[in-house]
Amino acid sequence: MLGLELYKIFRRPRTYISFLIMTAVTFLIQLAMYVDGKSFVSFAMAGVGEQFDIGGNILNGYLVTYIVLQSLLIHIPLLVALVAGDALAGEANMGTMRLLLTKPVSRTKVVLVKFIAGIIYALLLLVWLAIVGLGLSILLFGTGDMINLKSDAFVMLLEHDIIWRYMLAFAFAALAMTTVAALAVFLSVFGDNSIGPIIGTMGIIVVLTIFSNLEVPLFNTIKPWLFTTHMIAWKGFFDAPVPYDAIWQSVAVLLLYIVLFITATIIVFNKKDIQS
Amino acid sequence: MPEHIAEVKGLTKKFDDFIAVDDLSFAIGKGQVYGFLGPNGAGKSTTIRMLTGLIHPTAGEVLIDGESFSRNRMRALQQIGAIVERPDMYKYLSAWDNLRIFARLSRKHIPADRLHEVIELVGLKGRESDKVKAYSQGMKQRLGIAIALVHDPELLILDEPTNGLDPQGIAEMRELIKTLGTQMGKTILISSHLLYEIEQVATHMLIIHKGKKVVEGKVSDLLNPNETIFEVRILPDDSIMSKLQEKGWGQYVAEGGNSSTLLFRMHPRKMPGLNKYLVEEKVHVLEIRSKHSLEEYFLSLTNENNAGAGAV
Repeated sequence: MLGLELYKIFRRPRTYISFLIMTAVTFLIQLAMYVDGKSFVSFAMAGVGEQFDIGGNILNGYLVTYIVLQSLLIHIPLLVALVAGDALAGEANMGTMRLLLTKPVSRTKVVLVKFIAGIIYALLLLVWLAIVGLGLSILLFGTGDMINLKSDAFVMLLEHDIIWRYMLAFAFAALAMTTVAALAVFLSVFGDNSIGPIIGTMGIIVVLTIFSNLEVPLFNTIKPWLFTTHMIAWKGFFDAPVPYDAIWQSVAVLLLYIVLFITATIIVFNKKDIQS
Repeated sequence: MPEHIAEVKGLTKKFDDFIAVDDLSFAIGKGQVYGFLGPNGAGKSTTIRMLTGLIHPTAGEVLIDGESFSRNRMRALQQIGAIVERPDMYKYLSAWDNLRIFARLSRKHIPADRLHEVIELVGLKGRESDKVKAYSQGMKQRLGIAIALVHDPELLILDEPTNGLDPQGIAEMRELIKTLGTQMGKTILISSHLLYEIEQVATHMLIIHKGKKVVEGKVSDLLNPNETIFEVRILPDDSIMSKLQEKGWGQYVAEGGNSSTLLFRMHPRKMPGLNKYLVEEKVHVLEIRSKHSLEEYFLSLTNENNAGAGAV
């Protein structure tokens, strides 16, 4: 059944729009860096350069990839939501839900298959990002030590000490996008077209991201429990030392949300009257 | 082995305060082409959705081949092939892909030969590679029937299969249903709001109105030109229905205001006898109206329904 689900997803032309958008954004950032990257780096390093003597290829593939990832922070969840939000609502909208559920398939299995297909889609999206983002950036800009500029410090990562960080960051991003897929599938169970679940998913992510970033005491108590607070924990892999305790905590919180969203989806979907 | 492939017992569905299906009971025997008739909004689709597990009943039970649908959903659905309302499919895929996908979901190993067989049966040979978005409504209906048939189910459920078809499409669909029913011996439940559609293909028939059973029986008996439908309006009487049923008079009761409407199908010569029986049982008869035939009666239900819809 999973094979059939993936077949349905990848036979739809709109599935590839996400890959095209991501490729286009990545190319644009790479082009901008290729043309004007040196002045961007000297502007960013202005304060640091006065106190430290930094040589070598600063504008390298690793730094460009980091900039690409930062820029796509809000886009990738949207692209995942485009497919995952369509999972159940899309079937309802097309009218195929009636045909699907009059076949001997359990509703729980339908939810799980849709969810797993959403994860596979998100993973492929990230693999594609790794290819066009990291792979092409290294080809265009070469390698070198990476400077990670933070608001209160900067971290210098040596060239041979970076690739594993990207691999773990992408693995963590896969978990974060799985959380987005789970939320989108959950909202999808309530809709009879995919617009609502897609906008709903993005709305929730945007609002919770604002809560996660606002330095207001009222929100500080709920911040550790918001999944958006933990979705950006991949940045920790570019710290020295890597804050593994905080990252594991984020992994646990995200897993908890995934289980909650999918369990709720299964319960609601099993009780739902199909009237579409 | 159960005599009926499907049995519906006291099926009820409420949506908030609205009762869409009200204590409905009927049974479909093996090999029957069972016409399910009612004006638009009578509760046909809601009943079919409960028969296919799309909607959960508020009360009552559906048995498929003697087993409870709710307790054996997977087994029940293996024995059903259904098109509920429109035959919607994945438009961006070919007819063959749609058929293959839904065949794989039937939990049976279905060889490619079977897929070719049903494509040929529904008259889509040579067009199976076309995308569904290029199909006419009639072709979609036929593909829907192929999808419903592909796993060789015991019961085929077709919900208003002639809806949206042109006259030629309606005639072709009618022939296909006749082939499936009379030549291939399939048990078919077919719903419609048109009596003449049911009359031409069904062996048995059930009419529902406002979610309640009105009349059920063999089409040849129900459409017997020697019998007349009588509507008898009486003051409510709790015991009279069971007495009428015992004596073989009662057909249906519809509550309305401070009176009840009883419906009888009989030869006009028998009416005085019924009237006499009601008087002897001290039932207050308010009115007796003859509807002449089932067609006329059904038309009055449809007109009543349309008038109601117009008033809203």
